[in-house]
Amino acid sequence: MPAGWALFGVGVLYLMSLFAVAWWGERRAREGRSLLRYPAVYALSIAVYCTSWTFYGSVGRAAETGLGFLPIYLGPTLGFCLGWMAFRKILAVAKAQRITSIADFIAARYGKSQSLGAMVALIAVVGTVPYIALQLKAVTASVEAMTIETGAGLLGDTALGVAAVLAAFAVLFGARHIDATEHHEGVVVAIAFESAIKLVAFLAVGFFVVYGMYDGLADVFTRAAANPGLARLMTFEAARPGWVTLTVLAAAAIFCLPRQFQVTVVGCVDENHLRTATWAFPLYLLAINIFVLPIALAGLMEFPDGFVPPDTFVLALPLSQDATGLALLVFLGGLSASTAMVIMATIALGGMVCNDVVMPSLLRATPERLARMPDVTRLLLRIRRFAMVGVLALGYGYYRLLDGSYALVSIGLVSFAAAAQFAPVLLGAVFWRGGTRRGAMAGLAAGFVVWLYTLFLPSFTRDSGFEMALFGLEILNPYALGGVDLADPITHSLIWSWLANIGFFVGVSLFDRPSMIEKTQATLFVEALRHDEAQDTGYFSGAARYGALKALAERFVGPGPARRAFAAHARGRPLDDDAFADAPAVRMTERLIAGSIGAASARAAIASAVRREGASGQELLNLLDETTQVMEYSRQLEAKSRALEEATAELRAANRRLTELDRMKDEFLSTVSHELRTPLTSIRAFTELMRDEPEMSVIQREEFLDIVIRETERLTRLINQVLDIAKMESGRMQWRIETVDLRDIVRDATASARSLFVAPGATLEVALPDRPAMANVDRDRLYQVVVNLVSNARKFIPDAGGLVRVTLAAGARGVWEVSVADNGPGVAPDQRELVFDRFHQAATEGGNPTGTGLGLAISRMILDHLGGRIWVAETTQGGADFRFSVPAAA
Amino acid sequence: MPVTARLAERAGAIGLFGAALFNEPLIAAFNGAVAGIPALFLYVFGVWALLIALLAGLMIRAPAPPPDAVEPRDGEPRDGEPRNGDARSGGG
Repeated sequence: MPAGWALFGVGVLYLMSLFAVAWWGERRAREGRSLLRYPAVYALSIAVYCTSWTFYGSVGRAAETGLGFLPIYLGPTLGFCLGWMAFRKILAVAKAQRITSIADFIAARYGKSQSLGAMVALIAVVGTVPYIALQLKAVTASVEAMTIETGAGLLGDTALGVAAVLAAFAVLFGARHIDATEHHEGVVVAIAFESAIKLVAFLAVGFFVVYGMYDGLADVFTRAAANPGLARLMTFEAARPGWVTLTVLAAAAIFCLPRQFQVTVVGCVDENHLRTATWAFPLYLLAINIFVLPIALAGLMEFPDGFVPPDTFVLALPLSQDATGLALLVFLGGLSASTAMVIMATIALGGMVCNDVVMPSLLRATPERLARMPDVTRLLLRIRRFAMVGVLALGYGYYRLLDGSYALVSIGLVSFAAAAQFAPVLLGAVFWRGGTRRGAMAGLAAGFVVWLYTLFLPSFTRDSGFEMALFGLEILNPYALGGVDLADPITHSLIWSWLANIGFFVGVSLFDRPSMIEKTQATLFVEALRHDEAQDTGYFSGAARYGALKALAERFVGPGPARRAFAAHARGRPLDDDAFADAPAVRMTERLIAGSIGAASARAAIASAVRREGASGQELLNLLDETTQVMEYSRQLEAKSRALEEATAELRAANRRLTELDRMKDEFLSTVSHELRTPLTSIRAFTELMRDEPEMSVIQREEFLDIVIRETERLTRLINQVLDIAKMESGRMQWRIETVDLRDIVRDATASARSLFVAPGATLEVALPDRPAMANVDRDRLYQVVVNLVSNARKFIPDAGGLVRVTLAAGARGVWEVSVADNGPGVAPDQRELVFDRFHQAATEGGNPTGTGLGLAISRMILDHLGGRIWVAETTQGGADFRFSVPAAA
Repeated sequence: MPVTARLAERAGAIGLFGAALFNEPLIAAFNGAVAGIPALFLYVFGVWALLIALLAGLMIRAPAPPPDAVEPRDGEPRDGEPRNGDARSGGG
């Protein structure tokens, strides 16, 4: 048996080493080698779930119910599996909205409601107090077990001393800086360290008992089986009462216990660590539980008279074998299990009380004083520390009130049942969009009241044997509401409280009309994994000035972090303090402050700043007016620019046309000058010849003069035609449209052309219809066309046997068609369109082209004007067949 | 987020599987002892170990998530929110 002072020394030494570990963790973090990067540390910190309840209490429960202790650990395993999606969503939301606690989370989801946050915080505190008391009781009991001879007198009040040291630790490491979403690295590292210690200690005592005192597992079980009382513990019969209830309760607790939420959600630095924790944490649970039943059996066999409480078997067994060193290790394991839980719970609850209970009241009660305060962070830290000490004091008080006969597990289950009240609103938060603030409040209140009545209050009076029933009515028996006896008190309480909780939550929500912010938050939470960018709502640009926001942020998170946050937000742009902040800036500030005082309080704080600094109604109206004007103006601009574009397009097209015409004119001019020069050159050549040779014979001279006259005629014709073209193109041509008989025109034209056919042996045939061929045409122009075609044809037929046939006939679709066909060389198919081009000269065999190259071009222009057309028809028996048609007069 | 959804579904299936195995009627069927060790004890811890192995296999083999794993508290880089650069220096 170690002396009391030795035990005290070891305990103090251990707690000091805890300080050292925490300090080391913070130093590594400062050096940028944070231990929180490792998923194993995360998984170990979740193992804060295993408290002295696990360490001492499990054996105690196993001694009564066999494997009945296990649901508390199977539950989290199943909970992690089934609630994996919920965990992922909660993690994502918590990160995006800088959630600081479970109260903050629930308040944020249901419309950032301050009252709901306060409610959750209060339930959490009341629910956790028994749990803290349990730890104090366990530590005290372990000290008593260790110093059974010397008694506790030496140490005075063990529980008080432990509470004081833990308070000091929590205050020192758990309230270092104000932003609760920033991780208290030291604490987390210390918690993980303690998880390792308690596992090692428990495994050590397990091995000692099973393999030191007995001959392995089979030996323990075989010997126990000889005793009928113990053999019962190895069957499911013993474990059945509450098996399902406890599994469900534990599965819920892994989400809902404030400290679990703190380490799992708020303390998560990397959402992917969850993957490792999903299997590593259950593995931890399995390891720490595998020896529980053997130890319990061994204890029952070793101390059959019942003087040693089963809750202390883990200590009593090594002590009975005089293994003092091992007993000390076990003592430290138990101490670490207790302290880890108390520290984490205190930090979680302290933050909640500060952010969700005290801050909102301060914001409401003394906004002026708060507004004058330059730096609220110091005040916040102080509040948080007071809250921590207060929570511990409550735990101690409950411990003193509690009657001593309660088993550890029973006390813990009371807390579990309280935390389980959060489960409906927590799961509803991420899966059910329809949950509203009023629904959540009604559900929580109902569940909490039922829990209070059926589990919490009776825990004070159980020892006296007084079954507390209101008004002495059996129907109100706290352990059998409605007179219905449901297995055990825990199951009974859980069923009734969840019934009330879920009923009110769902019922009120369904008939509620959620506000805008509730709807927005609901969407953000339920679709946490779908929306990358959490779009907060409620603020518009111009609601507050940068200066005011900055001042606000500085007061709540301190000047340094605020400056950095705003610098990051500005991204290099200068932020004018007098300028109105844009909506993202307001959101950023709210989230920044939320990290330190919680979502609901942050919203209230921002709202106050926005009210004071915000734009007035008139300003807003002006803004609206201005916007309308700007929109109108921009619409006009748009219309104008569209018109301009159209005009530009037209101009461009016109310009293109002009350029083309210009090019055509140039080309035409150069061709015309060339064509004019040819006859002029020959005229000049022959006249010069005649002048220079006076002895030239008369015959010769006459021949030359004939050439000169012919060339002059050609020149005249050419100039006339060019003038015609110019007139027609410019539209200055005088047209005399009248209804004439086409037969007359053809007859006159062929008659005048007949002179060309007189001397040689060529023939001109004319075929005219019997009835008049009336059409609206310009007689002279059409005459010109026919002459042109006939003289053209004459040029290409041989002198002997040449034949030109002119035919006038009715064509298809009410037109008159004139054909001038010859038996000359014909026109090649690829030339049939080109011949109508200006100055296109069909290559005649040998000799000078006699035409001007303009006749067909002019003919086409004339027919275009008269609404007819001219073309070269296909021929079957050689020769060319030029045809034109004009519409017949009606 | 199809990877996460699939993980969640499979983890949920493992959970349901476990819930079935850990409850009556199955769990009550194990009586007696095997090599001196109660069958119930072996069954419960065996199933538990199996579930953990399944979970570990599922989580480890799942495709690697996007690497935002290095820096702790790499909070909200999405919309240029402050990255809380003082998270670590805040420890001092």
